[in-house]
Amino acid sequence: MKHKSEEELFRYREGEMKGRDAIAAHLEECDECRTELARIEEVFQALNAIPVPDPGEEYGSKVWRNIVNRLPEKEMRWWAGWFRPRRMLALGAAAAALIAAFLAGRYSHPANPGDEILDASKVRERVLVVAVGEHLGKSEMILMDLSNAQPAESGKKLINISTEQKRAEDLVEENRLYRQTALNGGDHAMASTLDELERVLLDVAHSPAEVTPAQFESIQKRIAEQGILLKVRVVRQELRAETGGRKTAPASNDSTAKARNKA
Amino acid sequence: MADAVGTSDAVAVRRTLAGERDAYRVLVERHSAYVYRLAYRMTGNPHDAEEVVQEAFLRAYQKLQQFAGSANFATWVYRIAANYAIDRLRQKKSEEARRETPSRPPDGQTDVDPLSQVKDPAPSPERLAGSVQLAKKMKEALDALTPAERTAIVMRHWDGCGIEEIAAVLKSNSSAAKNTVFRAVQKLRLALQPFAERRGAAKAVGTES
Repeated sequence: MKHKSEEELFRYREGEMKGRDAIAAHLEECDECRTELARIEEVFQALNAIPVPDPGEEYGSKVWRNIVNRLPEKEMRWWAGWFRPRRMLALGAAAAALIAAFLAGRYSHPANPGDEILDASKVRERVLVVAVGEHLGKSEMILMDLSNAQPAESGKKLINISTEQKRAEDLVEENRLYRQTALNGGDHAMASTLDELERVLLDVAHSPAEVTPAQFESIQKRIAEQGILLKVRVVRQELRAETGGRKTAPASNDSTAKARNKA
Repeated sequence: MADAVGTSDAVAVRRTLAGERDAYRVLVERHSAYVYRLAYRMTGNPHDAEEVVQEAFLRAYQKLQQFAGSANFATWVYRIAANYAIDRLRQKKSEEARRETPSRPPDGQTDVDPLSQVKDPAPSPERLAGSVQLAKKMKEALDALTPAERTAIVMRHWDGCGIEEIAAVLKSNSSAAKNTVFRAVQKLRLALQPFAERRGAAKAVGTES
């Protein structure tokens, strides 16, 4: 009796139909081939001896945390928003002037520090620092409002965040200009913080107006994970130091208006 | 399949594509462990496995537009992971080959005898029966396979993938894929030989211990 080859037996095991009946019939009669087939089977059993470590119940969340910052934002929305002329116009010439002044003041220091008081650009810089400080202050307030809310306790199925969304949306526009300005001026630390802030603001602005408690929690989590509140506070602190220890008002619209008029 | 949030994969994909980045989280959390098992078996260590998982989900996100909603997201991300893992294995093998023995074929291919990788002299079958040793041997034997063979056997044995699916990842035809699975089994069997004979020919390997 001609025995079946290893390959024939393997293919039989794999369910191959070709010559199947003949092999089955042969196996009925041939001890040796049955043993051979059993040994092939042992290979698969041996493979099962290799344990796979359990990555843990929280593994999925860990993967998400590790990749979330590398997931590109929706480019279409981002760029569409950036180039939308209505929005650019809405910011107005005053804002542009402020930024130009900010750049001039922040990145070209007067030759003689003694002339500081007389230096008009220095004055404008201060005005701008105040404006950026206020922007950060307002951003901080939104983030704090969101972080401190406890939607789970309210027992509602959906949480309305349209107010925060509107505030975030307004700040995104300002933020973009400040970020761009800092970047052009070579202030990478500031640009990077503003960039992170912008992502969080965009996240809020692009969320649905009503979110489920789970979605709300994930917004809170993102704010917490990125430590953005802390970063914003640090930058505000820095700006305060730049204005000579004078406090930048937390978020008073009045002072912003005055500052802009001056510029 | 449903999770705590109760969103189906298809809905999560749709939402992600509509700009809700957070909707993707559901998919990541739901399928990470599954992809991890494949990645671990392909790479043989937790660190590389985690990297494969992350990269697979990043790539899946980037290519989500191409994902036909009719297909199964789990299968799809699984395949992306397999593709990435095999590329990594190939890269690693060729780097190893370049570093170790310049005379060896660049791919470190079939000349690698799995037995040569097994450093311990054949331990007794009794010890192997404890399966820790057996697992170690099999891991070594898997490591000694070519990337294609390893991919083929992992997909076939553990995940029950069809030959066509394996062929797609190997970028070959189904007949070649079948051969690859068979070659893998042959090599693994060879590595197992000193222990596998124990029922029929235990005396031959020596059981004096």
